[in-house]
Amino acid sequence: MSINTEATPYCEDAIKKFAIAAVFWGVVGFLAGDFIALQLAFPVLNLDLEWTSFGRLRPVHTSAVIFAFGGNVLLATSLYIVQRTSRASLFGGEGLSTVVFWGYQLFIVMAALSYVLGYSQGQEYAEPEWAIDLFLTVVWVLYLIVFAGTIMKRKEPHIYVANWFFFAMILTIAMLHLGNNLAIPVSLTKSYNIFGGVQNAMTQWWYGHNAVGFFLTAGFLGIMYYFVPKRAERPVYSYRLSIVHFWALIFLYIWAGPHHLHYTALPDWAQTLGMTFSIMLWMPSWGGMINGLMTLSGAWDKLRTDPVMRFLVSSVAFYGMSTFEGPMMSIKAVNSLSHYTDWGIGHVHSGALGWVAFVSFGALYDLIPKLWGRKEVYSLKLVGVHFWVATIGIVLYITAMWISGIMQGLMWRAYDSLGFLQYSFIETVEAMHPYYVIRALGGLLFVVGSLVMVYNIYKTIKGDVADEAYASATSGAR
Amino acid sequence: MATIEKDSVSGQNTTGHEWDGIKELNTPLPKWWVYVFWASVIWAIGYWVLYPSWPTQNGYLKGTLGYSSRGELANDLELQKKGRSAWLSKIEASDTAAIEKDKDLLRYAMAGGKIAFNENCAPCHGSGGVGVVGAYPTLADDEWLWGGALADIEQTIQYGVRSAHKDTRASEMPKFGADGLLKNEQIAAVADYVVTLASKAPAKGSAGETVYAENCAVCHAEDGAGQAALGAPALNNQIWLFKGGKDSVKDLVVAQVTKPKHGAMPAWVDRLDPSTIKMLAVYVHNLGGGK
Repeated sequence: MSINTEATPYCEDAIKKFAIAAVFWGVVGFLAGDFIALQLAFPVLNLDLEWTSFGRLRPVHTSAVIFAFGGNVLLATSLYIVQRTSRASLFGGEGLSTVVFWGYQLFIVMAALSYVLGYSQGQEYAEPEWAIDLFLTVVWVLYLIVFAGTIMKRKEPHIYVANWFFFAMILTIAMLHLGNNLAIPVSLTKSYNIFGGVQNAMTQWWYGHNAVGFFLTAGFLGIMYYFVPKRAERPVYSYRLSIVHFWALIFLYIWAGPHHLHYTALPDWAQTLGMTFSIMLWMPSWGGMINGLMTLSGAWDKLRTDPVMRFLVSSVAFYGMSTFEGPMMSIKAVNSLSHYTDWGIGHVHSGALGWVAFVSFGALYDLIPKLWGRKEVYSLKLVGVHFWVATIGIVLYITAMWISGIMQGLMWRAYDSLGFLQYSFIETVEAMHPYYVIRALGGLLFVVGSLVMVYNIYKTIKGDVADEAYASATSGAR
Repeated sequence: MATIEKDSVSGQNTTGHEWDGIKELNTPLPKWWVYVFWASVIWAIGYWVLYPSWPTQNGYLKGTLGYSSRGELANDLELQKKGRSAWLSKIEASDTAAIEKDKDLLRYAMAGGKIAFNENCAPCHGSGGVGVVGAYPTLADDEWLWGGALADIEQTIQYGVRSAHKDTRASEMPKFGADGLLKNEQIAAVADYVVTLASKAPAKGSAGETVYAENCAVCHAEDGAGQAALGAPALNNQIWLFKGGKDSVKDLVVAQVTKPKHGAMPAWVDRLDPSTIKMLAVYVHNLGGGK
């Protein structure tokens, strides 16, 4: 293994940049999220300015965490992993990957600015207008060229499972992006989607659900498939399971979008397909969890000694939880209660904070010391602090949203003995207030945790080592 | 290229692949995983048979249960209607005065009026009709801009105030100051007079009284009692619709005489059914011990 690294000079300039950008945008996205959570609890924080109103800041939050934080993590890790598992340097070298880096950051800045200034196509998670979409398309194709080119150059006979997931992510996101953004421009800042009405809704959720499926699931499974076995120093549990669950996941996920449109104008048959495919998706999703957790057999003690491993393993546990909750919520009877309530927000965040962010933190804590030639992160103790503060934050967040969401759903459908609605809408809003405060508190803890990470990573890059004794004790155990 | 080796922890063989030090075990698929996966597939196929599912050339497979979500909704609505019909038919047949006289019918109308009020009216008039200081009138007192009798309230709800409906209640106070109908000192004088009128001790013989008598009394009445038919508010009490918390009454009157603000309310006749409007009128009438 060490011979390989010496033989192949890896391109890491852009990867370092992606890693730092991920940390930076992560903090920005978490802060924006907590701010809009506070706006929901205390509307005065809209500040009576159009630029800071919830409607404009919400897409800033979602795009910042999904595409800026998540995207930069995916770019950093995929380009890191593809070189090492292919024993090849990046196709296009430092130059092309650096172009991808700056292009991607420019896309993020343009998108965020456009939201704040009031430009949006009104497609959720695809708000940027057509010109920004076209720009992103170019950047994404360059990324595809770098990634696929590196795979083609590989010196390993087989393609590692992590790279299947990354490749599926890159290709499918390209298809979704092009499909959902088909629009006719009328000016530089305004366009109309070619689909109208329920067809637009269907395309939107085909895109929206598979952004979750291929960006936030497949991509991050790629991360999991490298860093979990690497950090645990154990072989991947089952090669066969990885093949079967990969293909099952890829095939089934793409159908599940209509479950976002239960009990709407979407034809019943499409709702049925969305729901049944979501149920069939349960086990393929769990295949990744099984492979992640079972890879630890023989190395469970590392959970005690290595907080980075704790992040990775907890992320897989959260992944398992939300990929059970998702299919359950897609069942129409459950959905009739959960749809449009905070339960949905809670579900998304158990996946986003617990799975996506935690696996990202684990990967960044492993990746950044290696990129800068450090033995280990500055302080593993601080990684532990980050882990616990963030975990408490997530628990507060998702329990508050479960309670508030289920309560909201029950209040909406409650009738009194005379057959009148028991609660008015405004009463349900009032009832949610305490949970909104708790949610914002949970979010605040998550932000604080990420600031601990910023400090830790800054010190790591600087080359400091905090608690030698602790660090050497754990590395001795490995 | 690594070779196949036996893993000492699990007893499984590796596949013989290796990437950057990562190997893979050749563990077979967990049995329970395979079973649950096939069970979910079989369940899905069963669901496709029972419910609307795959699209076909000219439509879609309807499913053996004959289910449709439109049908389910129509069914639910029908059930709800049936449950309410005994009472609702009485409400439909009675006018608001008759509803108030029948104790049981009143109880029913109050319950229905309350939820309708909270869904439609509370955003402006506040929960329980407390109003919003400086903006929307309180409905929980016995002071009414357009009349507090049952029929008045029903009419206001139906057609609104300065709404888009052709039968809307409407009136406009002249812009005495902005249009130069009164001089600044006359406005100041009449404002002083209205302050005294409001505290039930009108300053007889003052300059303001003359201005009031010549310009204001025609709508607001000599004694400041107002006139509901014109929506002209009473000025002989301390209830001021557009008075913010810190404004003085005099400043408010000066501003209102100079360039008046007018409230507006939408018409509900095209949005709510007649029974709901009746129940709303009864509910609002009872909020403030209506006239």
